Amino acid sequence: MAHNPDAREALMIGTRTDGSTVRRPLSPHLQVYDMLQMSSLTSIMHRITGSIWSVGMIFFVWWLSAAAAGPEAYATVQWFFGGFIGLIMLFGLSAVVWYHTLNGVRHLVWDAGYGYDIPTTYRTGWATAIATAVMTVVTWIVAIIAWAS
Amino acid sequence: MSEHIPAVNRQTSMQSGLGRVRGSGSARNGTHHWWMQRVTSIALLPLTIWLVFSLAVHAGDPWEVMAEWIGRPFNAVLLIVLIGIGFHHTEAGLQVVIEDYIRPERRAMVAGLVIKAICLVLGLLSALAVVRLAV
Ligand code: HEM
Ligand code: HEM
Repeated sequence: MAHNPDAREALMIGTRTDGSTVRRPLSPHLQVYDMLQMSSLTSIMHRITGSIWSVGMIFFVWWLSAAAAGPEAYATVQWFFGGFIGLIMLFGLSAVVWYHTLNGVRHLVWDAGYGYDIPTTYRTGWATAIATAVMTVVTWIVAIIAWAS
Repeated sequence: MSEHIPAVNRQTSMQSGLGRVRGSGSARNGTHHWWMQRVTSIALLPLTIWLVFSLAVHAGDPWEVMAEWIGRPFNAVLLIVLIGIGFHHTEAGLQVVIEDYIRPERRAMVAGLVIKAICLVLGLLSALAVVRLAV
């Protein structure tokens, strides 16, 4: 038998009724689920937005350290985020943060034991999507008003 | 007495008595990781909403205004709390993603440690930046 460096592989071995071994199927992954279902779509979106915002935190750190470093460093950050790429990124990040935060509330409600049935899951899923759009737009209206005044 | 025990508890358990009493599962830290992810989520909920709107309200403001804002005691404390809890949540969250997708185990472990190191350094860096503007 080939050396296998992953101990988790041991969990992947199952046996058929005749005793012969079989590789067990994997639990949920992207290829087996219809990703247009509310359940799997909102699930993977939580993971994707969590990961994107983790990377986005680097910009938060950059902003804070530049502010601490002084006016010149801060001007560079402002130049970056005021430009086309910077603004697109900020817009994307704001939507990502709102989704992860609002869907995070959905997760916490599930953890408390509520809202597991399919109709409720669809309703809260749509509510999260709509609230994400609304809060992202509200955030940018606030930003544009602040910027213009 | 025994008739009140639910049927599920009477099933044969493959776990050792000691293992069942400790109740910590195969990862040996029980539900700690899972629970901390919930605790940090609850704390981050108001903090994140506060941060997003605070930043939006100050869109385009010059350095003088922002540096003063970051340095105000109330804002500085909330920022430091957000940084601490935020990076803890980020590190624990990414850990789970890594464990799911990176193989073999050795590489997942190294990636987890790298993430921990990055989160620690970035967290300390941003906390120091806030402290510098606050004192
Ligand atoms: C691609 C989309 C999905 C991703 C990325 C995903 C990811 C995850 C993650 C990270 C966990 C947490 C495991 C932990 O407790 O540490 C989890 C748990 C779980 N997921 Fe999913 N999941 C997805 C889709 C689904 C779907 C479609 C179902 C149902 C058909 C499902 C059923 C479950 C169940 C039952 C658990 C709890 C398992 C346990 O307690 O050990 N997941 N999933
Ligand atoms: C500092 C900002 C944040 C970052 C970088 C972040 C990142 C992440 C990451 C990477 C994960 C792992 C995703 C997965 O395992 O699929 C995660 C999970 C989670 N996040 Fe966040 N997050 C942040 C803020 C929040 C906020 C404000 C909430 C709001 C309530 C929240 C709620 C959750 C919950 C409930 C989970 C666990 C989901 C599950 O059980 O699979 N997060 N986060």
